[in-house]
Amino acid sequence: MNHLPLIIKREYLTKVKNKSFIIMTILSPIIFIALIAVVAYLSQLNNNKTRTISVLDASGLVTDIFQNTEHTTYNILNNVSLEEAKTIVEEAETYGLLYIPKQDSIAAMVKHIKFYSKESPSLSVMTGLESKLENKLRDVKLQQQGIDINKLTASKTSVNIAQESFIGEKTSKIDSYFKLGFGLAAGYLLFMFIIIYGNMIMRSIIEEKTSRIIEVIISSVKPIQLMLGKIIGTSLAGITQFVIWILIGSILMTIVSAILGIDLIQQTPQQEMMQQAMDNPEVAIEMQNAMNAFWNLPIANLIIAFILFFVAGYLLYSSLYAAIGAAVDNETDTQQFMFPIIMPLVLAVYIGIFTVIEDPHGAVSTIFSFIPFTSPVVMLMRIPFGVPVWQQLVSFLILVGTFMLTVWFAAKIYRVGILMYGKKPSYKEIIKWIKY
Amino acid sequence: MENLLEAHAVSKKFGDFTALNNVSITVPKGSIFGLLGPNGAGKTTLIRVINQITMPDSGHVILDGEPLQPHHVQNIGYLPEERGLYKSMKVGEQALYLAQLKGLSKAEAKKRLQYWFERLEIGDWWNKKIQELSKGMAQKIQFVVTVLHEPKLLIFDEPFSGFDPINANLIKDEILRLKENGATVIFSTHRMESVEELCDHIALIHQSNKILDGKLTDIKRRYKTNTFEVGIKTTDKIALAETISKKFNASLTDFKSLNDELKLNIKLSENETSNNLLSYLTSKGEVSHFVELIPSANDIFIQAVKNN
Repeated sequence: MNHLPLIIKREYLTKVKNKSFIIMTILSPIIFIALIAVVAYLSQLNNNKTRTISVLDASGLVTDIFQNTEHTTYNILNNVSLEEAKTIVEEAETYGLLYIPKQDSIAAMVKHIKFYSKESPSLSVMTGLESKLENKLRDVKLQQQGIDINKLTASKTSVNIAQESFIGEKTSKIDSYFKLGFGLAAGYLLFMFIIIYGNMIMRSIIEEKTSRIIEVIISSVKPIQLMLGKIIGTSLAGITQFVIWILIGSILMTIVSAILGIDLIQQTPQQEMMQQAMDNPEVAIEMQNAMNAFWNLPIANLIIAFILFFVAGYLLYSSLYAAIGAAVDNETDTQQFMFPIIMPLVLAVYIGIFTVIEDPHGAVSTIFSFIPFTSPVVMLMRIPFGVPVWQQLVSFLILVGTFMLTVWFAAKIYRVGILMYGKKPSYKEIIKWIKY
Repeated sequence: MENLLEAHAVSKKFGDFTALNNVSITVPKGSIFGLLGPNGAGKTTLIRVINQITMPDSGHVILDGEPLQPHHVQNIGYLPEERGLYKSMKVGEQALYLAQLKGLSKAEAKKRLQYWFERLEIGDWWNKKIQELSKGMAQKIQFVVTVLHEPKLLIFDEPFSGFDPINANLIKDEILRLKENGATVIFSTHRMESVEELCDHIALIHQSNKILDGKLTDIKRRYKTNTFEVGIKTTDKIALAETISKKFNASLTDFKSLNDELKLNIKLSENETSNNLLSYLTSKGEVSHFVELIPSANDIFIQAVKNN
């Protein structure tokens, strides 16, 4: 008798009807969006505040670089001593005072540039000031050596090597980033899914033991059917929850940004800079390249491969959780097993970052794209660089095969586990049980 | 009589521990078969072998003429000693699910469940969750689920634990009714009074070995000692006791009685009959009490275990 559909249905419905599941499904995106909204709102408040920085330029070399911007006003102090300046700034309660001393050489001067403030200044402000000064002082030095700055700027050349394969596929450096990005996103998503829902599967496997219904169930169905049913049913519940999260999340996102008038993907100073950069023709070309790079990806192959490898990879890791659930009697015994499960995934992501990007078809990446525990991530990272279909297929079949094997193994452990009652089974016995 | 279940020389070891050593039992069709034994004797292991939860190291089991196969689980209803239900599931849904796992269609399962729920007067529990029920209530549900698919063979492991006397009686009557309707029951327990009431056949397992089996009445016959408990009204009890002792193997005893009488246990030798004894006694005084001592299942159990 095939009870699999029945078991899947029960697992799915019990999970989905569970009160805490429903609450978490609805509450998580709300909390998540609320947090984002609060953070966005606060940082917007922060950004809208303009700060005044006083500058005392004793050297007289750099005064012209301090131009007021939307968020920062520069107050240039003249004809005062440092002590006086300090008092003035402190009384005015402005952000701080930048002091550039007068020295014989620039080299001596830079050692004594100081920033005075009541509270320690933000890192971004300091970095901004430093880079302003560095640029200006470099120009000053160049001028001192008689070099024409305008000529120097004009002599700058930007090189962007266009890449093309022998069969005429155009690629670029930016392609590689896109490809890597895709692989990373896939890997990260898999990672998250496994962490969130792996535990759920494990708990569901332990459920029969804690509720002591195990003997009744096991005298009606085969353990492997129970395992498979639980893994599939729980996964479906997980997918349901995830889809609802995305739906509620995007709806809320729209509503919140409409009501509060906050652009949640907000306009930060960095973005301002981005936009300015976009006006620059060079960057515009880069963006164009990026778009091209995106469309250059083997999209159909990627989507199919993503779905297949994601599902199979997820199932494989779930079956590992199931095996742990089968081996232990209660949840407290399971904590120590979490780390070894996550390890291969972390390894896969690192292999992806360090080897696939360097040499997508090298020995290391190729081998790891066939090993089932790393293949979901590594293969997905390799595919954008072009992997023969037969390789994808073989890797996928290995993955599915390993999954079935793990489930089967978990089922064996399960059956032995209930009968051993805490006794440690010998290897001979395990082998015997596996044969049964 | 035809046998529904035969276990032949079943052995099972867990590591160095022998749970079953060459145990054979035969369960006649339509009987209630008591599987008895002290705690840890191997009863549960044998039941698990029959349910195909455990595979025996050697030996085999035949159910209704066929060697045991996976599909036979549908012909067996098993109420394990370690039992429970899904706590967060509703009673009705859960019962439907378990019935479907045993091969019933949903509609059929529902129909039968309604019948049983009405019968046991638990119809209004349908939408309750198991965690809202008491232990005894949950046990009732479990009983229903066990018998719902009308299996040929029912196996109850300590079925009465957790029931109050009223419900235990109710379940006992249901078991007897199921037997009348043609089911064969294997009944594992160490509560001897229920064995006396229910079982036709018993097997006694002790330290992994079967030490006794057969029809309960036959076993009792085997274990009886030809001892009679008698009471005789007399004026001089001591003198009469001495007189009787000279002729029979008698010893003083006590039992509940309204009369002040001489109370004796008299063990007959093989060539003496109860009639000899009775006519002898009537010549000595008024016989107010005359009963053959039949060993109870409890006595047999204790004696058999001690002798081993």
